[in-house]
Amino acid sequence: MKKASILMIIGPLFLLGLYAFPLWNIMLGAPQYPEPLGMNIHIDGIRDANEFDLQNIDGLNHYIGMRKLPKPEEMWEFSTFPLVIGGMVFLGLVIGILGYFKKVGYQWFMGWFVLMSVLGVLGMYDFNAWMVDYGTNLDPNAIMKLSNPDGTPMSYKPPLFGHAKMLNFDVTSLPSTGAWMMFTGMMLILTAFFLGWKTHKSKKTEKS
Amino acid sequence: MKKYKHYVFALLGVSLLLAGCGNQNGKSSSNGALSSSAAEKVYVAPGEQDEYYAFLSGGYSGNLTVYGLPSGRMFKEIPVFSQFPTSGYGYSEETKPMLNTSFGFVPWDDSHHPDISQTNGELDGRWIFINGNNTPRIARISLSTFETEEIIEVPNSAGNHSSSFITENTEYVVAGTRFSVPVPQRDMPINEYKGNFKGALSFISVDPEHGHLDLKFQLLMPGFNYDLSHPGRGKSHGWFFFTTYNTEEANSLMEVNSSQNDKDFIAAINWKKIEEYVNNGGGTKMPANYAHNVYDEHTHTATSTMRKEVLTVDPTKVPGAVFFLPTPKSPHGCDVDPTGEYIIGNGKLSADLTVHSFDKMIAAIEGEKFDGEAYGIPILKFEDVLAGTVKSGGLGPLHTEFDGKGNAYTTFFISSEVVKWKLGTWEVVDRKPTFYSVGHIMIPGGNSRKPFGKYAVAMNKITKDRYLPTGPEMEHSAQIYDISGEKMELIYDFPTHGEPHYAAGCPAELLAPKSKKIYRLTENKHEFATLTPNDARVERNGKEVHIYMSTIRSHFTPDNIEGVKVGDKVYFHITNHEQDFDVPHGFSIIGQNTSELLVMPGQTKTSIWEPKKVGVWPFYCTDFCSALHQEMQGYVRVSPANSNIELSWSLGE
Repeated sequence: MKKASILMIIGPLFLLGLYAFPLWNIMLGAPQYPEPLGMNIHIDGIRDANEFDLQNIDGLNHYIGMRKLPKPEEMWEFSTFPLVIGGMVFLGLVIGILGYFKKVGYQWFMGWFVLMSVLGVLGMYDFNAWMVDYGTNLDPNAIMKLSNPDGTPMSYKPPLFGHAKMLNFDVTSLPSTGAWMMFTGMMLILTAFFLGWKTHKSKKTEKS
Repeated sequence: MKKYKHYVFALLGVSLLLAGCGNQNGKSSSNGALSSSAAEKVYVAPGEQDEYYAFLSGGYSGNLTVYGLPSGRMFKEIPVFSQFPTSGYGYSEETKPMLNTSFGFVPWDDSHHPDISQTNGELDGRWIFINGNNTPRIARISLSTFETEEIIEVPNSAGNHSSSFITENTEYVVAGTRFSVPVPQRDMPINEYKGNFKGALSFISVDPEHGHLDLKFQLLMPGFNYDLSHPGRGKSHGWFFFTTYNTEEANSLMEVNSSQNDKDFIAAINWKKIEEYVNNGGGTKMPANYAHNVYDEHTHTATSTMRKEVLTVDPTKVPGAVFFLPTPKSPHGCDVDPTGEYIIGNGKLSADLTVHSFDKMIAAIEGEKFDGEAYGIPILKFEDVLAGTVKSGGLGPLHTEFDGKGNAYTTFFISSEVVKWKLGTWEVVDRKPTFYSVGHIMIPGGNSRKPFGKYAVAMNKITKDRYLPTGPEMEHSAQIYDISGEKMELIYDFPTHGEPHYAAGCPAELLAPKSKKIYRLTENKHEFATLTPNDARVERNGKEVHIYMSTIRSHFTPDNIEGVKVGDKVYFHITNHEQDFDVPHGFSIIGQNTSELLVMPGQTKTSIWEPKKVGVWPFYCTDFCSALHQEMQGYVRVSPANSNIELSWSLGE
């Protein structure tokens, strides 16, 4: 259980990476943008992949009536997410330390993992909902109003994961360093749970 | 008279003969150049980049052109000494001061010899310098913006030809006069030239941080023609070498009268010694009047100041600083090998090259083995300084470059060929024809301690070429040779712009990564900048109307302006708000008596318009900026001079 608890203490620390590194990255390349424009989505706001990218993405998007990319103060998520992540790191550390001193069992590790997963899914859901709104809620006076072959207005929702072709742009949306660190942290905690569970089982067999 | 006639006929005969040969060579080797291996060597596939930058002087275009090697593709023409309507250089209010001189606004020059800045004798890619030959000037061009940043006029000089060569730590950019003139200028009979005219050699210091130019001192030499020059390097660092002709000091029918002496001189100047002399208070301050024009990247504006004084040095006052090395047959090019040991005098009326030895020169000076003097300057004995003679078999050697592997490459104008020979043994290794009548040759870094001996570019002096004919006037032609092997191989033939004299080249990786993409709007310190669209406005000051206008894809702010009157002087101050690479906006208005403006992202430029007719006059963006570029336009309403319509402006109302 000691080993498992140490993992449970280290795991949440990986989440701290989210304060330094982007969670998600969306790149937009096109024939006239051989060096693609890009945005890095951090838990506290959207930033340029390269200087002036957001400004230039907004500049292009105005043709098709998309709104400007939100500033941190324009979305509650960017003030809430840092608190939630901070809370989860704290909670994880507490569980790990308590586990180390055998005050709580390995089930708590799974509890933290499940809670984090639920929050993660909720976060993704929220992110996707924003992208749908951002890509479909267009200015009726847009310079260019394009429609799909079936006559419905074209949507510019970036993909949540992977690649999509939008007009002349190749859009690639992938998890970035922060997300990979979070993933690593969560895997460590899952490992902590299994280690805890195994030690518990072996102790049980010894007893019987 | 008899003698010269004989000579001219001989020369004519020889050149006719060789022109005939040249044509035959042309045919046979053009087949060779089409062979697949030559094609592969110059082929830079779509999407790939060249290995080297090449900066070719524009000659009488007054500018500098940027090419890629080995593809021979032209990337850019950098306006330097000539007005350039493409960008508005020399037409915009910001850049007009760049072309100011003591003769007023001079919108053209003859640009000759580019040289890239060096540190420890190696190319460092900070700046490139080039000389204006006609109204003597030296320009400094940034190699991150590829724009001209500074131009300094050179007083007491005329035909600024033995320029602009830099010392190995870019301490000085050196400018020598080709034509000697009275110093100071005065009204005097031309035929009293001899003994009275002076040849000024100017040492212009370069600020190591900003590159700013300052005419530190001027050496007033005897009235010869100072043709070309090169710095010493390595052990000869601290010296500068100038070829001279017309040591006869003739003032008429020069082609004959200045070709009489069997030997002219290479002037060896110990500039470190003179610098020391000047730093200790030596030299004479002389009244002068010359322009110093500086362009600031942040104000996007040039200012011109007149300098009123120059420090002159009499060479006889600094013992041990100046010597003459006798060199046969009106030497043209003066080239120093990468080790700094050999000084090559290309005697343009001869078949042979004269190579002097720096070590021997120092020994001769120390031994005081002089062969007389000229105007108080000691002449060294030819035999004492001679390292060797290259018996080339060619005619009319002009310039020599080096590959850093112990070989030299000399161009021969009359016999139209490049000759490769070995330093030290003076043996000719190879020769290849040029098409036709080559002048300068350039190997990237070939004028430094560290040449990149892979390609040589030969720039021809006559415009006759091997392309489709385009009437009597055409561009010049250049050839690229692969010099990586023992034998040179002609791999490409390409047209150049203007008349390239010299060129300078460097590896692409030295410049490509630091090439600027945009100017930051936040760093724009232009006096009339419009930093946000909310600041866009129109102001009247008597007859002057200032329009503060911003641009972003794809509209002008404001785009409707009323209240302008006939007889007004309207200043359009255009600030481009784009911060994206390659989104310039242009500006032009009907009846503009200057050129358009091409405004780079983050930049401000100004154009003056003086409306002469009542009406509603359109202006538009000249650079295709987006799918809505055709919509990027606006109107100015011009009312009669006595109307009382108030100024107003708007966008989207």
